[in-house]
Amino acid sequence: MSLQAPAIPPDIQSQPLTLDAISHSYGDALAVNEVTLEVRAGELIALLGPSGCGKSTLLRIVAGFINQTSGRVVIADRVVDALPPNRREVGIVFQSYALFPHMTVAENIAYGLEARGESKTTCRERVKEMLATVRMEGFADRKPRQLSGGQQQRVALARALAVRPRILLLDEPFAALDKNLRLDMQIEIKRLQRQFGLTAILVTHDQDEAMSIADRIAVMSKGRIEQLGSPVEIYDQPETLFVNDFIGSSNRFAGVIESAGEGAYSVRLASGALWQVTSRKPFAPGDRVVATIRPEQLVLTDEATAGSIPVTLKLSLPIGGELIHDVETRSGEAFKVAAGRRPGEPASPMAATHCALAPHARPILFPQPAA
Amino acid sequence: MSGAATGETAGVEWRLAAPLGLTYLAFFAAPLLILLVMSFSVDDNLGGFSLAAWAKFWGDPFYRGVVWDTLRLGLVTVAMTTLFAYPIALLFIASGPGLQRLLLFIVLLPLLTSVVIRTFAWIAILSREGVLNQALLALGLTTAPLNLLQTELGLVIALMQIEMPLMLLPLITVMRQIDPSLSDASRALGGSKWRTFRKVILPLSLPGWIAGATLVFASATTAFISQTVIGGARLVYLPTLIWQQAMVVYNWPFAAVASVTLLVAVLAGVSLFAMLGRFARTA
Ligand SMILES: Nc1ncnc2c1ncn2[C@@H]1O[C@H](COP(=O)(O)OP(=O)(O)O)[C@@H](O)[C@H]1O
Ligand SMILES: [Mg+2]
Repeated sequence: MSLQAPAIPPDIQSQPLTLDAISHSYGDALAVNEVTLEVRAGELIALLGPSGCGKSTLLRIVAGFINQTSGRVVIADRVVDALPPNRREVGIVFQSYALFPHMTVAENIAYGLEARGESKTTCRERVKEMLATVRMEGFADRKPRQLSGGQQQRVALARALAVRPRILLLDEPFAALDKNLRLDMQIEIKRLQRQFGLTAILVTHDQDEAMSIADRIAVMSKGRIEQLGSPVEIYDQPETLFVNDFIGSSNRFAGVIESAGEGAYSVRLASGALWQVTSRKPFAPGDRVVATIRPEQLVLTDEATAGSIPVTLKLSLPIGGELIHDVETRSGEAFKVAAGRRPGEPASPMAATHCALAPHARPILFPQPAA
Repeated sequence: MSGAATGETAGVEWRLAAPLGLTYLAFFAAPLLILLVMSFSVDDNLGGFSLAAWAKFWGDPFYRGVVWDTLRLGLVTVAMTTLFAYPIALLFIASGPGLQRLLLFIVLLPLLTSVVIRTFAWIAILSREGVLNQALLALGLTTAPLNLLQTELGLVIALMQIEMPLMLLPLITVMRQIDPSLSDASRALGGSKWRTFRKVILPLSLPGWIAGATLVFASATTAFISQTVIGGARLVYLPTLIWQQAMVVYNWPFAAVASVTLLVAVLAGVSLFAMLGRFARTA
């Protein structure tokens, strides 16, 4: 899916956002650890990481709800640390949407405009415009509780965007939505973010969400950014085992470097197979390593080939258009192999005896983590 | 809730309610009826029929003044507790669990001491030689001791402390349920702290305030001990009047008129707050 970027209206100036060595502690507990991140003007960056890794804390620091222990937040070349939240011109959409329950949809959307002292006419016109933007015309007089989850989220977006913020922050905005609705809303948010030329940070623990709408992803763990890169980079070239395991599914094989030269390594796996792997990381012969490989970069065969591993096929699950094979090596290491399923193909197709790297496969090497 | 009680369970529920129902009938409804009859009687034997007591009560500007003073005492106490309860409630929801426990303890403290002790403690504080006057004199904020005892101001100050838990507990309960991200949303949208309070916190906390105001009003207007001990002989409110008429003057029909009047006055105040509640919900 590729989204066509509509032309950004000329009156909207996208602005960059820089987090400069931000740290934050709650009492003794360090929640954010020296995070530096440059979000380019008009870019959508996803903060992706497991629950508790400090994503929301970082977002709340940008919004000004909490003051970081150290570091600076810079919006468009201006340090905003001294500004209270109401002066930062940062729009935020919460997981719970946080619509004012005692106000109508129109009153919710007008809230920020009234706080800025806009005239009644401006408010009325902007509310109408925003309702049209999020395709919620005709809901102006409803109360939030009379709306579905998706509709509430549209209103929350309209309310945040009505004041024309410079930065848009989204904290797990899809978590409370049905799976089907999620994709619709992801497309919708991406569309609005482009249309308004917004610099945006999306917080999520859902990798698919991050993959589908982010320009770049910052993978976080324990208060730090582990890796920053495009979705494809993050998926194809994870820099740490954590990122490798957190993004997509992946198989791990223990091995030892047999020979090394110019970033190309021969790795002897525990099963005896020898893999040729390229890596930018330095390894020396004899180093114990972990080689990881995505399930879709492995193929099952019924004969031994170069670098293949003898296996037994335990189980095959048809998951939509894919077949996921659960296989085991002689020594009992379990791993997964994914293959496209042709229409009509049964779930258990073959008597596979070996597993080999697909022609395009790119295994990744990591140093063996300390046990 | 509705629809949970179906045909067969309804009968059981009635019988379960019977003991309390009968108790109410015997010790609440019946005395009330007697009181009403008494107010139209000639003497304390419930004999005869006369409108004399009613005519005397409502014909005399002094007694009408007592009714008005009592209602005003209730309203002023509600207003003053409101003024102090909101900052405390805001502090409460903004603080961590440790401070919350401490605040809750301080708030509940008045409920844990006897009314009589609390009231006499206030005498020690408010009297001419009391703690408050000594402090004011020492600070040079006043040259002569203030007269606080036997004034409405002194009484309201004392009542405010005594009734504060009744306002704070429902208010805190409701305010804790307000999603904290609503305030954050308001702030991020450009709302000042004051605007956030006025437009978001205040309207959403109204159900708690109405419950609290109802309790404080009913309690302040009928606070016999505080009214007599702190108000003294100079300030007369309906409860004091009833006691004087019944126990000193022995004019029971007249005391009955005052009692019925107090009952209706309190009910009127309470239903006023309930009406505000219904209005706030639909608004
Ligand atoms: N208000 C708070 N007080 C104390 N600790 C907090 C508070 N908010 C978050 N934390 C802690 O900080 C860490 C990061 O939290 P958070 O930023 O909410 O993570 P995430 O959004 O990634 O799930 C967690 O360990 C959490 O327990
Ligand atoms: Mg979070």
